[in-house]
Amino acid sequence: MNQIIQPAAIKKSLTVAVSPEKAFAVFTDGFDRWWPKSHTIGSGSLKQAIIEPRQGGRWYGIDVDGSENEWGEVLAWEPPGRLLLAWRINGQWTYDPGCNTEIEVLFTATADGQTQVEFEHRHLERLGEGAEGARIAMDSPGGWGGILAGFKQAAES
Amino acid sequence: MTDRLSTIFAALADPTRREVFERLSRGPRAVGDLAQDLPVSRPAVSQHLKVLKEAGLVTDRPDGARRVYQIDPQGLGQMRAWLDQFWDQALEAFKVEAERNDREDPKP
Repeated sequence: MNQIIQPAAIKKSLTVAVSPEKAFAVFTDGFDRWWPKSHTIGSGSLKQAIIEPRQGGRWYGIDVDGSENEWGEVLAWEPPGRLLLAWRINGQWTYDPGCNTEIEVLFTATADGQTQVEFEHRHLERLGEGAEGARIAMDSPGGWGGILAGFKQAAES
Repeated sequence: MTDRLSTIFAALADPTRREVFERLSRGPRAVGDLAQDLPVSRPAVSQHLKVLKEAGLVTDRPDGARRVYQIDPQGLGQMRAWLDQFWDQALEAFKVEAERNDREDPKP
């Protein structure tokens, strides 16, 4: 009998002080307002990040030069409780149709009117495809931490 | 850390190598076993395994006259750790935005 060895899915749990409807809306319709802008799938700078509000919808970015870059698609659109996305961005930070990882986000109302968000990024053994982009993503000034700190500052100001 | 991750991503860049790796994720296999149901030669499989091993993604051990390969969870762990940290920060940004937005009571 063989043991299956796979990287564990990334799981996150957080409470957001808004209703599930609101949390789902900000996560999807408001995606562009919180997603880090500084890294893009294309060669230019990311101008806008979009999740189309339907099953089968596109999940993509638009660069300042107008070019569009696919990231994956909406596998399940079940507001306000569940969102399932295909994440086809590989380690090179480029789109790869064969990179078949999944992101599931569950929004559940808590007794005190907040929302419990359960996040999972799974099938990580399917990542791969090139090294250069990963290096760029992590070696840029401040890395992800610096970028997101900048975002948070803007959001809170 | 960064160089290590680059090596891991590079190792998984090749589709055949990914296939070899995914097969190993289902359990330890010998080179000959792997080569039998892959459309590449046994030396090619050996070469892919060598790259995966150098990236720290698989380990090998002797089993009689054969050499058996298996996934090294430590290698993937580094790639996972990077994404794990990324999502921590992205979701924190989401939370800040959701709650900021709520306070300002925007239009639906």
